[in-house]
Amino acid sequence: MIVRRSRWRQLVGTELPALLVVIFALAPYAWMVLSSVKPTADLAKVPLVYLPGTPTLAHYGDLLARTSFAANLLNSLIVALGAVALGLAVSVPAAYAFSRFRFPGRRPLLVVFLVVNMFPVVLLIIPLFVLMRILGLLDTYGALILGHGTFAIPFAVWMMTSYMNSIPPDLDEAAMIDGCSRLETIRRVVLPLAMPGVVTTGIYIFITSWNEYLFAMMLSGHEVRTVTVALQLFIGEFQIQWGLLTAGGTLVALPVTVLFLFVQRRLVSGLTAGAVKT
Amino acid sequence: MLAPAVLTTTAIVFFPVAQTVLLSLRDAVLYRPQDMPFVGLANYKRALDDEIFWISVGNSLVWVVLAVGLQFLLGFATALLLNRSFSWRAAARALVVVPWALPSVIIGLMWTWMYDFNLGVFNDTLVRVGILDKPVAWLASPDAALYAIVLALTWQGFPFFAVVILAGLQAIPAELYEAAAIDGANGWQRLRYVTIPSLAGVMATALLLRTIWVANSLDVILVMTGGGPGLATHTLPLYAFLRAYSGMEFGYGAALAVLLTLALLALVVLYVARAAREAAR
Repeated sequence: MIVRRSRWRQLVGTELPALLVVIFALAPYAWMVLSSVKPTADLAKVPLVYLPGTPTLAHYGDLLARTSFAANLLNSLIVALGAVALGLAVSVPAAYAFSRFRFPGRRPLLVVFLVVNMFPVVLLIIPLFVLMRILGLLDTYGALILGHGTFAIPFAVWMMTSYMNSIPPDLDEAAMIDGCSRLETIRRVVLPLAMPGVVTTGIYIFITSWNEYLFAMMLSGHEVRTVTVALQLFIGEFQIQWGLLTAGGTLVALPVTVLFLFVQRRLVSGLTAGAVKT
Repeated sequence: MLAPAVLTTTAIVFFPVAQTVLLSLRDAVLYRPQDMPFVGLANYKRALDDEIFWISVGNSLVWVVLAVGLQFLLGFATALLLNRSFSWRAAARALVVVPWALPSVIIGLMWTWMYDFNLGVFNDTLVRVGILDKPVAWLASPDAALYAIVLALTWQGFPFFAVVILAGLQAIPAELYEAAAIDGANGWQRLRYVTIPSLAGVMATALLLRTIWVANSLDVILVMTGGGPGLATHTLPLYAFLRAYSGMEFGYGAALAVLLTLALLALVVLYVARAAREAAR
């Protein structure tokens, strides 16, 4: 009897509300995916048909065949990988220095990288647009990658510094006593140990860059249009075709959802430190 | 070793910020780049006399207080639930973060689709259940649009609070609860006198951070309504962006961006002081 009552309490007091929260979190996503496989006729029926009679991949076919979406996906991929490369290339050495050397101005400089992450995008975007135009970089991969560097670099510096801090400096010293130079020590001792951190940081930069919209819209034109900008433009170009839009949305959302689930647990420390942009 | 990071950041962040500040002191419009007379603080004076500026400030306040408040409450409740033990807890913890992973553009599209007047699932369900007599044009009505977007942003942002607060909950030593139980505290008292005080630091940091980001964010609004109908969903960053982007008034747009930054400065300083203290530990 007691067991049954507490099981009942557990169900109503914990599992049911938890289920409601999970449904709330997933419902809009599920609705998008569901809409993307509904035949166009079903999409326009009033009152709504909740489940597609015969699921179809026609919208996906149309999207990839009739629009430039495949090229947009490729652009997003190149820009995001570029942002990851830029972010990691400059931040790993910087993080090593912040973690291993004590120099005047170390703390304030580290704080600067944190503050930078909080500047409003509107504060940066106008001059970056003007700068890229002067440099002739508008509508190139370079412009977008540099634009995304404005958040990728400070984030990576902060995250990588905290990862490096968790590797005991005794290990470096032991390697150097054994005759390794500093560079060898970094390559053979520190980097392998910091690898989980490098991967997490890289994946998170990838996600933020893939998801980014404002820089991509301002700094790109026809040539390197990314998926987020392309999707937004579909609304204007076609008379809103929700089948195409939800198919596009699903294609864009799926990869980042998978990546995010993969890294989210490791991000928590960086989150509370405030380095993770949301 | 620091040089690449410092130099790149200077080039793509500090140089542009300095430019924005300088630009805000000039009468700069895109179509005559050679002629940008220095006008001192005229752009700032203009903002103070600009009715749209004040409407945007008001909307921004409603936007930040409601969106951050709802995200926090829902996130807190979610964290408390996901801290209890039940058989599918691991799955629930993973699934609840999904909205956070999505691009703002997709969030905007998804919710615009759900809010659609004729074909949206929102109107359909509410009318079927009998809560509404007839469909509402959520995003096209000046009274509802801002709140409709706040709901979309609440959905996007509550997982952040849930994850951060859950991490904080897991760090509270079990002895505190045992001691409280021995003293005869009930569930509510344990929440009030053990959980909340233990989490105060984590909550304050998360709230500051989130407030700064929500106050700066404009992409979801831009996608869903573009600031309309009329001025109903104009917030300060969006207004600055629209002035600079559509209006091509770089000088005035820059001044608005600087004003937004100044308004947030106090929060940033508070936040950084906390974060630097944690980093020093």
